[in-house]
Amino acid sequence: MNQTSGKIAGINGNMITVAFEGAVSQNEVGYACLDDLRLMCEVVRIRGKKADMQVFEDTTDLSIGDTVEFTGELLSAELGPGLLTQVYDGLQNPLPRLAEQCGFFLQRGVYLDALPREQKWSFSPTAKVGDTLTAGETLGTVPEGIFEHRIMVPFSLPGNWKVEKIAGKGDFTVTDTIATLSDEQGHETNVSMMQRWPVKLPIQAYAERLRPEDTLVTKVRSVDTFFPVAKGGTYCIPGPFGAGKTVLQQLTSRNADVDIVIIAACGERAGEVVETLREFPELTDPRTGKSLMERTVIICNTSSMPVAAREASVYTGVTLAGYYRQMGLNVLLLADSTSRWAQALRETSGRLEEIPGEEAFPAYLESVIASFYERGGIVRLKDGSIGSVTIGGTVSPAGGNFDEPVTQATLKVVGAFHGLSRARSDARRYPAIDPIDSWSKYPSVVDQEDIAFARDIIKRGTEIGQMIKVVGEEGTAMDDFIVHLKGEYLDAVYLQQSGFDPIDAATDADRQKTVFHVTTEFLRTPMSFKDKEEARHFFHQLTQLHKDWNRASMEDDAFKEIEKKLRNLVGEVSTDE
Amino acid sequence: MNKLYHKVDNIAGNVITLRAPGIKYRELAEVTSRTGTSLAQVIRLQNEEVSLQVFAGARGVATDARVRFLARPMQIPYSESLLGRVFTGAGKPRDKGPTLHGGEVPIGGPSVNPAKRIIPRNMVRTGIPMIDVFNTLVESQKLPIFARAGEPFNPMLARIALQAEVDVIILGSMGLKHDDYLYFRDTLEESGALSRSVMFVHTAADPVVECLLVPDVCLAVAEQFALEGKRVLTLLTDMTNFADAMKEIAITMEQIPSNRGYPGDLYSQLAARYEKAVDFDTAGSITILAATTMPGDDVTHPVPDNTGYITEGQFYLSGGRIEPFGSLSRLKQQVNKDTRDDHRVIMDSLIQLFAGYRETLEKQTMGFRMSKWDQKLLKYGQRFEKEMMDLSVNIPLEKALDLGWEILADCFDPMETDIQSDVIEKFWPKRNAKDAEEKESGEDKTDTKKPATKDEKPEQDEQSNSDKDKE
Ligand SMILES: Nc1ncnc2c1ncn2[C@@H]1O[C@H](COP(=O)(O)OP(=O)(O)O)[C@@H](O)[C@H]1O
Ligand SMILES: [Mg+2]
Repeated sequence: MNQTSGKIAGINGNMITVAFEGAVSQNEVGYACLDDLRLMCEVVRIRGKKADMQVFEDTTDLSIGDTVEFTGELLSAELGPGLLTQVYDGLQNPLPRLAEQCGFFLQRGVYLDALPREQKWSFSPTAKVGDTLTAGETLGTVPEGIFEHRIMVPFSLPGNWKVEKIAGKGDFTVTDTIATLSDEQGHETNVSMMQRWPVKLPIQAYAERLRPEDTLVTKVRSVDTFFPVAKGGTYCIPGPFGAGKTVLQQLTSRNADVDIVIIAACGERAGEVVETLREFPELTDPRTGKSLMERTVIICNTSSMPVAAREASVYTGVTLAGYYRQMGLNVLLLADSTSRWAQALRETSGRLEEIPGEEAFPAYLESVIASFYERGGIVRLKDGSIGSVTIGGTVSPAGGNFDEPVTQATLKVVGAFHGLSRARSDARRYPAIDPIDSWSKYPSVVDQEDIAFARDIIKRGTEIGQMIKVVGEEGTAMDDFIVHLKGEYLDAVYLQQSGFDPIDAATDADRQKTVFHVTTEFLRTPMSFKDKEEARHFFHQLTQLHKDWNRASMEDDAFKEIEKKLRNLVGEVSTDE
Repeated sequence: MNKLYHKVDNIAGNVITLRAPGIKYRELAEVTSRTGTSLAQVIRLQNEEVSLQVFAGARGVATDARVRFLARPMQIPYSESLLGRVFTGAGKPRDKGPTLHGGEVPIGGPSVNPAKRIIPRNMVRTGIPMIDVFNTLVESQKLPIFARAGEPFNPMLARIALQAEVDVIILGSMGLKHDDYLYFRDTLEESGALSRSVMFVHTAADPVVECLLVPDVCLAVAEQFALEGKRVLTLLTDMTNFADAMKEIAITMEQIPSNRGYPGDLYSQLAARYEKAVDFDTAGSITILAATTMPGDDVTHPVPDNTGYITEGQFYLSGGRIEPFGSLSRLKQQVNKDTRDDHRVIMDSLIQLFAGYRETLEKQTMGFRMSKWDQKLLKYGQRFEKEMMDLSVNIPLEKALDLGWEILADCFDPMETDIQSDVIEKFWPKRNAKDAEEKESGEDKTDTKKPATKDEKPEQDEQSNSDKDKE
């Protein structure tokens, strides 16, 4: 292929204008050459013989006339065994290996292979010579940690392919040829265990998309019971700073009942990623007994890393997620924060001097967000197995105001909304998911009728709480007052959940069913008290005991004992026969 | 050897443009005209047209000014001799000491590889219970102080700097009042801390572009000290002035503003600075405390808002006290598990009860009858404000925790605190009812009696109370 090249004609921040000869395509990757450094960049606009390119690195020292080499390729990710446990930057550079090479600081222009090239994987073929396959169908498998990693016909190969040759059982590197395929015209192509895929395009080598119907258990009670997420669904967590978005995602990344978690730390604090990448290798995944890291990939393009690569990072993340879905796995992609990605778009758009939309975000913001979340979904693969990509994105609205463009665009396309409230986080009511404004279109782990009842208590309890503020306690009827206290009790013992207590932090579906059933039973119990003071005293006691219950393992005797104590306590004030 | 030019084509704001080939992006130049010589930096290249931002401002720069390109980006000389010295944002001496040379390091360098960071683990003791107990400061944390102009954030910064056990203090000031600069200098000097401090001072009277350089210069120096294994505390005051300088320049560059005139990359720009806070694997650390005034006392203003999304929490200073609500140390959980077993419990319960107190106060102002519970909360809240929140309180963490239990025991039954049973068992002050009664009436007569006696004999109450109640 003839390589196009060009010369820099303008530099403004991380945006360069390149005068080129020959053909260039939108989103094509190029390299700006600075002595022996090559800085990766991407075409974002073409006008005549000039291309505007965003540079994924600091542009200091570039000058007019410097050469830019175009690659003819779109920005792509390497896919193959060895992705799990990795920590990448937004361009899929492995950060630990980069640190070995460059020390404390990130060095521009250093790009390493995403997949280790020397490592050998033990391949077992499943396809036979003569089989006809299409993109995404399995040629063989290699064990990758706890998973059977499928080696598939590359997603970029259209039509039917006949297996001409396939390797036998044996150890191979990701670049060794393991099969030779031929198309209907007889053109042959060699296939290795690694393929490349353009990150901005969805991987669609499956049979059909299904409706997300199964709850994805996150073990956060307020989520699974009231505002559930579904396997293959999408959800968002908007909230002002400090409301608990990141902690909620961290808890989910540990406890969620999925096969693989991809964490895209997009434009936020480096320190938060460090916690994950230092702690995960030490934590055991209760589902497998192995280290949590074995099911995790971290894409880390934090706030002080180059802005253009921040945009790439969410796409890299969702591409890896789509890849593992092709293996019949349930993948959860957590992006924190999608607002930073939107801001990266805004910065680029500003440098291109495009006509700005609301709050200077580009006019295409909505469609970009919509097509990103569309990459989630549950699918039936060509072999009949099911895989899913669930996407959860945090949103960081300016001023904590949900009426801003990114939150609004996101709310239009997701299936569940976990709105974090400043009032709740200020009152240390974690997780600060607003129990009244949040919603979900997905099925819960508990009985629908109980939920409706409990939500009603919360709603009325809150309203009565507001009223008490206006008319005072003495002006409030005893029955109303009890509803208010019941609402507060439900909030304290069920919605609120300590992220730090090992038992309380992760409530599985069974436990939620049991506990929620008992709790709603209490809520339904008619009660009578001598006066409000006594009522308050009772609920204090009940709350405290119930919190002890939350900290008791379901296997322990204490669990049953406390349940009994709780029932006795409620029995004493019940007016039910 | 260096390229020299004599013709400036355009001057707008602090940016001049001229035609010059072969110039590198972000290269420095010296611009000399009748008013003197200033450094300038390339901020845009368009064919042969070069835009330079003039650090000392373009005022007085003539179309025939002499422009000499230096073929290097902005650097700062780094050595131990920086200690005890005061410089401008552009790195020129502000004291009577000599200009330093040698050991130049670039400013605004690349970010730390996240894989080379470690989880912060050392508490920074400040002696301020609102920090130590409720929002513990941690080595390598980046934390702003949000305050209205006029709040005592500078004294607070100085106090923390002196109390904290750090090796090097770096002070960067942006748009500081000259008096405040002298205050910092004198305070550091009197306490003997000046010899381990470096100051980069931009005052309100200095050129706005130099204001932009202050954080980068400070942090470049901090980074070098930290790489040598030093624990560095960087104080920046006031970051809102830094953001405003960026706004001013963005507007003269005709950039499209995103929010109230601030450029769309405000977040990235602030983050690039704050993220320099670090605990290095196998070397030292940088902790950043930054005053951020809130225009109009509005936390949703773009500067505090973007800051809050970047930093690891914030201290709200309001009415001369650190507000428990809204204040947050996101790193506290890294350290408060290892201080004392009751730290987290005290932290949570005192705050939840204080929230109750605030609600009760509201009810009280609306004239509602105070229930028994309300009265307990009132008593509690007043003691909390006086003995914990007041900035003059200066006690070690352990004393503050003990004090927390005392206050709880004086005001509540154990169960009312919602504290889990086993913790109550272990920590609730053991005293018999009579003791408690005596203690109460002995220690805070006015507080205890107040709710009960309020209606009957207000005059007496006034006598026994402090001045502010007389009015
Ligand atoms: N579930 C939780 N349990 C306990 N503390 C929490 C919880 N969620 C948040 N916090 C507290 O709030 C702080 C901010 O949370 P974080 O998730 O970082 O906020 P955000 O990402 O919304 O800015 C945390 O450092 C922690 O102190
Ligand atoms: Mg966050």
